[in-house]
Amino acid sequence: MAETAVEKKEGVFTFGKKERKLLTDPLNDNNPITVQVLGICSALAVTTLLVPSIVITVAVIFVCAFSNLFTSLLRKSIPKQVRMIVQLVIIATLVTVVELTLKAVNYDIYKQLSIFIGLIITNCIVMGRLEAFAMANSPWKSFLDGVGNGVGYGVILIIVAFFRELFGKGSLLAGSPLEMKIIGATPEYWINTAADGSWFSWYSNNNLMVLPAAAMFLIAILIWVHRAWNPKLVDIS
Amino acid sequence: MGETMRIYLFVLIMTVIVATVLAGMTTVLKPIHKKNEAIFNKKAVLAAIQSKLGDDVKASKLPDDEVLSLFDDKITQIVVDSEGNDITTEQVEERGYKGGQAEHVDMKKEKKRALEDRFFPVYVYEDGGEKTYIITIRGNGLWDEIWGNIALKDDFSTVVGASFDHQGETAGLGAEIKDNPSFPRQFQGKSLYNSDGEYTSVVVRKGGARNPAFEVDGISGATVTCDGVSDMLYDGIKYYMPYFKSVSKS
Repeated sequence: MAETAVEKKEGVFTFGKKERKLLTDPLNDNNPITVQVLGICSALAVTTLLVPSIVITVAVIFVCAFSNLFTSLLRKSIPKQVRMIVQLVIIATLVTVVELTLKAVNYDIYKQLSIFIGLIITNCIVMGRLEAFAMANSPWKSFLDGVGNGVGYGVILIIVAFFRELFGKGSLLAGSPLEMKIIGATPEYWINTAADGSWFSWYSNNNLMVLPAAAMFLIAILIWVHRAWNPKLVDIS
Repeated sequence: MGETMRIYLFVLIMTVIVATVLAGMTTVLKPIHKKNEAIFNKKAVLAAIQSKLGDDVKASKLPDDEVLSLFDDKITQIVVDSEGNDITTEQVEERGYKGGQAEHVDMKKEKKRALEDRFFPVYVYEDGGEKTYIITIRGNGLWDEIWGNIALKDDFSTVVGASFDHQGETAGLGAEIKDNPSFPRQFQGKSLYNSDGEYTSVVVRKGGARNPAFEVDGISGATVTCDGVSDMLYDGIKYYMPYFKSVSKS
């Protein structure tokens, strides 16, 4: 009985168990990539390097959270017949805002990502959350759901990019001030495969890793690992 | 009817708001975008003369103000036509390139013109009395256009350096012409002529360079892009030949 009393006092910005679940659910039980298998297209395309993956992650979190927020704010006045178009306009606007800002703040990364930023518009995760969640929930909850899903998507992106960059290029965070050269055939690398008597002289970068196919394999392995670790998911399908 | 009107009204208001926000943002940020773009292109020019700048200075990592001061102090911008004649600032501006300098010439637009009608940008880098000529070339890769800057010694036959960029080559394959610094680095010291004195330009050879004097190693898995680079070099440098001749004569 005491619990219902507490719930009634909840304001607009309360952060309780339910809200925490909105943030953590997409990280594990309801991950957009490994469980819902959404947003795969961009996960294959941008994950060759860590830096662009991180930038895309931030952009998707932003777009997802705010498009959820705006859609939820408008949910009672959006005419049902045109709701998809309205959602799309909201997403496209936010993506354009991200693109224009990035172009002003860091032109090099903007150049590197070029079309991928624009392609966030077509990311099914964003649209999926608007339809499935924001149209039926309060703005604050929708915002949290957007952040949660953006992070859930980004975590997978970054894990995939980590392996692809390490084994495909032998570096980590290339293109940023924190660039680490791990393994390669020049003395700049920590493990120099060309050095005399190197234990790694047999090693060379795997070209498959930089192709989208490698991301497909990596995501499949991640889904496998995720399911083995979280038996709840196995019962669903 | 009322319902239909409501839909129209909703869409109309939404469109107006969105358009205002985006148009406002574009207008406000435009000067910054322009400045960033100019610096980005200048860095690409400087990357071609990386070997002249020394190891302490990395063209791609230079702060903005240093890029601009390097350009002001050591680089002269010239625009020429396909016969090697100098084009004046006014003529360049007349074509719609505000500013009228080599850096304002849009090679993408120029490439669509007839050869006799094209403008070609030249950057002359002068350090310690020695001149290096940096020219801009443009061609086609696998998916879209590729372009680059080639720096030549004042004998117009030895390559000092090169930098490349592309619109949409495959990451990890064709995109390596830009992303992998060891690809442009190979061009240093290559000759544009074979031992018979015949113009060959620099050739990107699949399976590895056979004649190290004017060939460089291709990138495996990026044959079409590499052939595109070869073609772009052959044609692009040839267009500048009349200008080189007129400079050598004077």
